[in-house]
Amino acid sequence: LSLIAGGLDCSISFVSHVLGKVCVHGRQKEILGVLVPRLTELTKSDCIWQRICWRLVECVPERWMEAVVLGFVQRAPGADVLSRLLGNLVVKNKKAQFVVTQKVLLLQYGHTTAVLQNLLGYLALDSLRRALLLRVLQELLETWGSSSAVKHSPPEQQLYISKAILICLSHLKEPEIESCRQELLTSMMEGVKCHLDSSLPQLRRLGMVVAESISSRINTEGPVLKFEYEEDDETRELKSLLVQTPPLCVVPSLPDDDRSEKAGAALPSVPESNKKSQTAAPVMPDEESEAELDSDDDLVPYDMSEDKELKIKAPVYIRDCIEVLTGSEDVDKWEATVKALEGLIRRNPAATREVSVELAKILLHLEEKTCIEGFVELRQRAQVAVLTTDPIPVSKYLTSQFYSLNYSLRQRMDILDVLVLAAQELSCPKFHGKPKHSDAQKPRIQLLPGSDSSKDWRRIVDERIKSKTRRFATGQCLMEPASSPNQFSSVAGHFFFPLIQHFDRPLTTFDLLGEDHLVLGRLVHTLAVLMYLAVNTVAVTAMGKALLEFVWTLRFHVDSYVRQGLLSCISSLLLSVPAELLLADMTEELLETQSWLGDVVEKDPDGDCRRLALQNLLLMENLKKKLEAVPS
Amino acid sequence: MALPPPDPQFVLRGTSAAIHTLHFSCGGQEPEIPVLFSGSENGFIHVWNLKTHRVDTALDGHGGKSVYCVETMGGKDRLLSQGRDQRICLWDLAEGRTAVTDSVFTEHVGFCRCSLVKVAQGRWLMATAAKGLEEVHVLELPSKTSVCTLKPEVGAKLGMPMCLKLWQLSCGSQPLLLAGYEDGSVVLWNVTMGKALSQLVCHQEPVMSLDFDSEKAKGISGSSEKVLRIWSLNEQQNLQVYKTQELVNAGISDITIRPDKKILATAGWDHRIRIFGWKKLKPLAVLDYHTATVHCVSFSDHRKPQERLLAAGSKDHRISVWAVYTHT
Repeated sequence: LSLIAGGLDCSISFVSHVLGKVCVHGRQKEILGVLVPRLTELTKSDCIWQRICWRLVECVPERWMEAVVLGFVQRAPGADVLSRLLGNLVVKNKKAQFVVTQKVLLLQYGHTTAVLQNLLGYLALDSLRRALLLRVLQELLETWGSSSAVKHSPPEQQLYISKAILICLSHLKEPEIESCRQELLTSMMEGVKCHLDSSLPQLRRLGMVVAESISSRINTEGPVLKFEYEEDDETRELKSLLVQTPPLCVVPSLPDDDRSEKAGAALPSVPESNKKSQTAAPVMPDEESEAELDSDDDLVPYDMSEDKELKIKAPVYIRDCIEVLTGSEDVDKWEATVKALEGLIRRNPAATREVSVELAKILLHLEEKTCIEGFVELRQRAQVAVLTTDPIPVSKYLTSQFYSLNYSLRQRMDILDVLVLAAQELSCPKFHGKPKHSDAQKPRIQLLPGSDSSKDWRRIVDERIKSKTRRFATGQCLMEPASSPNQFSSVAGHFFFPLIQHFDRPLTTFDLLGEDHLVLGRLVHTLAVLMYLAVNTVAVTAMGKALLEFVWTLRFHVDSYVRQGLLSCISSLLLSVPAELLLADMTEELLETQSWLGDVVEKDPDGDCRRLALQNLLLMENLKKKLEAVPS
Repeated sequence: MALPPPDPQFVLRGTSAAIHTLHFSCGGQEPEIPVLFSGSENGFIHVWNLKTHRVDTALDGHGGKSVYCVETMGGKDRLLSQGRDQRICLWDLAEGRTAVTDSVFTEHVGFCRCSLVKVAQGRWLMATAAKGLEEVHVLELPSKTSVCTLKPEVGAKLGMPMCLKLWQLSCGSQPLLLAGYEDGSVVLWNVTMGKALSQLVCHQEPVMSLDFDSEKAKGISGSSEKVLRIWSLNEQQNLQVYKTQELVNAGISDITIRPDKKILATAGWDHRIRIFGWKKLKPLAVLDYHTATVHCVSFSDHRKPQERLLAAGSKDHRISVWAVYTHT
C-alpha cells in the first residue's frame, strides 16, 4: 500500500482486482481495516486521490462488487466519508445500485444502525443520488405496509426496516416530502393497520412510532398523530433517528439525545411554571407567637372526640351485596361493596354457594360506576373467589359465556384470566387450609364427610401412634408443609373441556379462527396453563388427548402468538401426563408431533417459536430416556 | 373537661331543595327585622325572617336554575344574586317589592361565586368569572361598566377560576383581587392595572373556596383535599404559605372568616361544620347536625356581639343556625 501512496502510475484496475478477490474471500475486515482509514485521510482534501479511489472501486469486477461495496459501507466512519470514497458508484454501476438499494435494506437485516445511517446518508448527500433515496423510501414503505410482511417476517427484520424508514425521513427535505406526500399518507395508513392488528406488543409499538414520525413530517402544522404507548429504550432510539446530527461529527454517534427534540418529547415534559409562582416555603411564625399573648385562649374548644373519619359501611351479607351491586343508586355504598366483596365471599363459603352463579353473572357484567382505584383487580379477585368457592356451576357458567354472543373481547379474555387464577388457587396447597380449630372439630370428625376428614385423619393417627409409642428422644421435628388434596383435580375437567369444545364454531360477533386471533392466542395459553396445573389429576390423560388433537388442527396458524401458545400446550402436556400413559395411549400422535416440532425448529420465522419447539423436543428425548432407563 | 358540641339554635326548613348560598342582613336598627337570604338549587331565593324563623318572601328570578351566590348591596333592600342561568340579577326589595331591576349576562357556565366590594357611596366593584375559560371580569355596579378583564398569561394553564375575593386595604386604595383556580393556585391581581402580582400553588386539586383577612394580610383556602392552607401576603405583595391544617375528612365547600376576625368556619363534604380560631387555627368545635354535604357557611353582621349567628346550608334542604363564641 505504501507503494500505491508513492507511485501514481500503477495500474488501478489491477489493484481493483486484488481488492475484489480479497473481499470476496471474506477478508474484508483486514484489508479494508487498513485501506479505508488511509483513503479517508487522503481523500479529505485531495481531489486526485478521490478520483483514484473512485476508479479503484469502479474497476472491481462485477462478481466481486457486492463484497467490496458492503465492506466499504460497513467500514466507513460516516456518510460523508462514504460519499468521498465511493463517489457516484451507485448511479454508474448497476450491481452496486442493487446491493445498496435493495439487498442491504430489504433482503438482509443483520446490519447495525450505524451502517444504515452511513448508507442512507450517502444516498442523501448528492443530488444525483437523491432520486435513489426517494425510491428506496417508497420501497421500504411498501414492505413496511404489507400485511403479509408484518405477519411473516421476524420482528428483528421489521425493526430494521422501521429504522431505515426513519433515517430516510430524516434526510428528506420539504419539497421532496411535498411531492410524495399523498403516497406517504396512503402507505402510512395501510401500514399502521397491519401493525396494530398484530398480537405481539413489540410490533404494535413499532407501527405506532413509525406512523407518528411519518405523520409529524407530512403535517408540519396542524394536529399530529399521537399514540399512547410505553416508552422504552427501543422507542427512544427510534425517535432519535428522526433528527440528523450535523455531518461534521467524526463519528455519528447515536442517539444524540440532547439535540433531538423528539427524544426530548419522550422524557416527561415538565411544564415551565409561571415565573412569579413561589415554591411553598413555610414561614415559621415562631417569632410572632412569643410576642403576642395568646388571646385565642378565651376561645375554649368544645369536645371534638366524636369527630372521626367518615366511613361508609359495606353490607355484611352476600345477598345484600347482590342487591347493592344490581340496583342501588347510592354510589358510596356501591364503592364500599366492591371493595369488601372478595373478603365477604371468602368468609362465607356456604352463603356464596347458594348464589354463586348469580354473583358470577353480576361480576362479569359489572362496570365501573365511580372511579375506584384498582377496580379491575377488585372485580377479578371477587370473581376468582366465587369460582374457587363453588367451582363446578360457576365454571360451567363462565365457559358457556365465553362462547356466547354479545360479549366484548375484553370480557372473554377476563373469563380466561379468572379461570387460570382460580385453577392456580385450587391446585396450590398454600392458599388452602385456614387454621381450623382442631379441638372443636375433633368430636365431629365422624359426622362431617369430605375434606375435613381427609385432613384430620392424619392427625388422629399421629396422636394414636404418639400415645402408644414410647419415645426415647424426640429428635428435631421438621415441620412438613401442610399438604392437602389437590382441589383442582375434581374440577379440572369442568374448566378445560368446555373451553376446547366450540372453538371452531364461529358466531356472528366472535370468530376465533378468523379475526379474533388475539383471543385465540389467549385461549391457547390458558389451555396450556390448565393442562400444567392438572398434573396428577385423574382427568389428565383425557385432557392430554383432547389437547393434542386441538394443537394438531391449529398447528399452521399464521399468528406467531398462537403458535407460541400451541407449543406451550405441548410442553405442559409432556410435563403433566405421566410418561407411561403418554406412550401407551398417544404414541402415533406423539410421533407426528415430533416431526412437526422438527419442522418448526428449522423453518418458523419467529425466534420464540423455534426456541419453544426445541425445548419440547428435548423434553420428549428426556422422557424416552427415562422410560428406557426404568426396567420394565 | 370540654363541653359537648352545641346544638343549633334553630333550624330553617322549607326550601325543598339543596341550599347553595347564604347571606345575613342584620345590621339594621330596630325595628328592622334581621333577615337571612338563601339561594337554592331550584332557583328560588328565600328571605327568612330571623324573628319568626319563617320565609317572608320567595324570589324567583333565575328560571329554575340553581342560585349559587347572594349578596346585599348596602342593606337588605338591594340584593344581588347569581345563578346557573348565566345571569347576575339586581333586585329592589324595598317596601315589599320583588322586582329585578337589572341583570348582567356573564355567560359563565361554572360555579364561581362573584365577589363585591364597595368603593364609594353607591358604587361597587364586582368581580365575576366570564365566558373565557380563565378570565375574570371586573365590572362597576350599578353602571355595569367594565373596569378590566383579568387574563392569565398564555400557557399558564390555571383552569377555571373557582372562587374570588375583591378587597381594598382602605377606602380609596387600589382594589385587589384574590382568585383561586382549578389547578390549585391562588393569584393576586391588581385590578386597576389589570395584571397579576403574585401566584401561589396552594393545592393539588381545584381551590374550592377562599377567604382573606386584609388587616392581618392572611388568607385561607380549602379544596377537595384533606388540608386547609393558610397563606400570607408580605409587603412586596407576594403570597407565601404560612401554615397547613390537616383535616379529618377530605373536602371543603366553603370557608368564611367572622367579621371580627376571631374565628372562622368551614363547610365540609363530610356533613360537618368546623370552627377554628383564626389567629393560630386552633380547632375549636365540630358541629355535626347535617346529613348531607354542607354547601355554605355564613356569619351574621349583627351590631351586638351577643346576637351573632352562624348559618350553614346543606344538601339536605336545611339551614342550621348556631350561636357560637358570641361572648368574645
